Amino acid sequence: MLERTRVLLRGGRLIDPSQGLDQPSDLLLENGRVAWLAPAGERRRVEGAVQVLDVTGRVVCPGFVDLHTHLREPGLEHKETIATGTLAAARGGFTTVCAMPNTEPAMDSAAVVRLVLQKARDEGRVRVLPIGCVTIGRQGKQLAEMIELAETGVIGFSDDGSPVVSPQIMRAALTYASSLGLPVIQHCEDPALANGGMMHEGWVASRLGLRGAPAQAEEAMAARDIQLAELTGGRLHLAHVSTAGTVELVRRAKEKGLAVTAEVTPHHLTLTDEWVLGGQGSVDRYTPLGASTYDTNCKVNPPLRTASDIAALTQALRDGVIDAVATDHAPHTTSDKDCTFDEAAFGISGLETAFGLLMRLVHEGRLPLNVLIERLTAGPARVLGKYGAGLGTLRPGSPADVVVLGPDAEWTVDSRQFASKGRNTPLDGVKLKGAMVATLVGGTIAYESPLLRRAAAGRTR
Amino acid sequence: MRQTRSPSHGGLEADRPPAEPRPRAGAATRTPATESVAREAWNQRHLLDVDTLSQEEMSQVLRLAATMEGVLHREVKKVPTLRGKTVLTVFYEPSTRTRVSFETAGKLLSADVINISVPQSSVVKGESMVDTMLTLQASAADVLVVRHPDAGAPYLIARHMRRTAVINAGDGAHAHPTQALLDLFTICKRLGSLAGRKVVIVGDVTHSRVARSDLWAFTKMGAHVVISGPPTLMPWDLLKGCHDDQAHPFHGVDVETDLSKAAQDADVVMALRLQKERHQDGLIPSLREYARAWQVNEAVMKIARPEALLMHPGPMNEGVEISPAVAHGAQSVIEEQVTNGLAVRMAVLFLMATAHEHRQRDAV
Repeated sequence: MLERTRVLLRGGRLIDPSQGLDQPSDLLLENGRVAWLAPAGERRRVEGAVQVLDVTGRVVCPGFVDLHTHLREPGLEHKETIATGTLAAARGGFTTVCAMPNTEPAMDSAAVVRLVLQKARDEGRVRVLPIGCVTIGRQGKQLAEMIELAETGVIGFSDDGSPVVSPQIMRAALTYASSLGLPVIQHCEDPALANGGMMHEGWVASRLGLRGAPAQAEEAMAARDIQLAELTGGRLHLAHVSTAGTVELVRRAKEKGLAVTAEVTPHHLTLTDEWVLGGQGSVDRYTPLGASTYDTNCKVNPPLRTASDIAALTQALRDGVIDAVATDHAPHTTSDKDCTFDEAAFGISGLETAFGLLMRLVHEGRLPLNVLIERLTAGPARVLGKYGAGLGTLRPGSPADVVVLGPDAEWTVDSRQFASKGRNTPLDGVKLKGAMVATLVGGTIAYESPLLRRAAAGRTR
Repeated sequence: MRQTRSPSHGGLEADRPPAEPRPRAGAATRTPATESVAREAWNQRHLLDVDTLSQEEMSQVLRLAATMEGVLHREVKKVPTLRGKTVLTVFYEPSTRTRVSFETAGKLLSADVINISVPQSSVVKGESMVDTMLTLQASAADVLVVRHPDAGAPYLIARHMRRTAVINAGDGAHAHPTQALLDLFTICKRLGSLAGRKVVIVGDVTHSRVARSDLWAFTKMGAHVVISGPPTLMPWDLLKGCHDDQAHPFHGVDVETDLSKAAQDADVVMALRLQKERHQDGLIPSLREYARAWQVNEAVMKIARPEALLMHPGPMNEGVEISPAVAHGAQSVIEEQVTNGLAVRMAVLFLMATAHEHRQRDAV
């Protein structure tokens, strides 16, 4: 751990989409803020004591902002705590996480939110921004006391895990929240059409005899909510968009100028429903089932979709129709997953694999690296509105939240090494190309990998 | 050979006790009659579905079932083949037919058969299924016969088993491999083989584990399968691309919702049980309309070939998916399916209970 208040990151390729920067630069962090960045050629004197990190050959960029994290505390500490979840975030390069309110009790009152904020101050390794419930107990019946929640600093409202089903409640929520300048973050799923579906409705579900949820269950609710956003003028953020159809709806909403934003998860950008067959996507869909089939670590809501959905999501991320990548980090215990597919909990523990997984898109030439970084930094910061000010950027004066990346560094996912309590990843044993070298929050190292090279402390040049 | 059995083919010597206690469980304890069949390699560690079985492996089961059938026609219907083996039937959903069939099959082969009805035991105590299964494995079970309402449950169990073989006795809407094998056995006995035969499966195919396993088995054995039933209960996703793609496992399977067309020239007509919930789920308007359009009755059987077989996996809703007249008529092989089920399950239990010894060497 660095105790020094000055850190110089020297020799890296600095990518900061918020300033349109992509060039070899040095970066000085001072007293928890960005002091300056200087092109590599332009040697600046640093007076006095400074910790120097040699980041030659690495990418330096703003810390990632995750709009969608389940920290599980309070109430579900066996799955994750604020301490373990935020350490997992640091390991994944996320310096800010937005905590989803489906805790027990749910974050539907100022008291629970304050508890989370207090815990985050005491035990958190990264910044935690709370999200309040739309309705009391996430029951979809009665609006939570949004004004009081807003006073605690919630960045938006969501009943995530469940949709706000009633159109009347959703209309009221959008109207009410917009007067507070905050978005309603909707988990789009028409429960009647999803009909208890546990995976994407399609060949694999039918093959396995599992109940499927059609893409239209998501799209129907997304369409409804976009109409309601138009009706109310409210701010709507669509969580974990997973289908080509939803992408189209968001595209049209944005063309109309509606206040609609959207996020997509790393797993929906890279994994298909065929992963449920087992073999981590390597098995031919028509081969007989092997022992690893019914992979409950691939059970996630919304479900893993198809290759054509992935193509549309990637294109939308590239075009900016989708504003941000968000992990939907959903940690669960082993026993939540070591059961039948029907019984298994929905969710993927995603913070620690997000970057490596997303880098597949870059290495395959489907997404430029600077665009990916934008969607992990400035993109989500924009969605956060006033709460995003100073986040996802390395502008001088901003909080010194920085990540150092090794875009070509290969590593193998080993869930036993996770900081998260949730070992529920479908990627165990998978080789990823793209690793986190170090994560700094407020100028302090929150995570460093063995790849980090430190120069002798206290030197000036 | 340690045992004094007649090497006569065509049947097991049922009336003679084993000559002496076996020194240990192992391949050497097999009776000669089954030995000839069992000498053929059997490479399945578990029987979770028929999709993993080759045409040859299915034929192997059928040949062994034919041998086992001999036992059923004896005065003393018991052979010592699986003496000292423990078979546990673990049923997480109610079933009489399948459980009794496995239990009887095990007992005819002299295995110790223990029936566990789980809703009454561990589930109530909150024990996870995996823990229950590990306990059963530790209790020296050689074979677990598992029925579960959740698709894939036997795969989960099999992943946790180090020495115990798992037989899927029906998992949710996924698979029912022994039913498919007994259907195969029934058809092959009557028609010689399935190659080039037209088999029409009628009813709620989407939710049917029997139909799913039958599709694998029948298509692999060269039948032309036609599916008929309400459009809301047809497995459109399962069959997507099956006409254009040679690699599709159900290549050549047709859907014809008009039963009067589907049944034309059929060699086999199989009616599936209609779960009455389908009507409550809103997937069909009424049982009355279902029966009007898809009941297998005399009119349907008239459209099929004159010698066509009528099958049903049971239990039947007579008057809904099948008319009583044909269910008990001359073309019905429904009762025969039950008897054949016993022979097939004897064969399967034998293969799975003894497969372990082959595998021990190369087990993980």
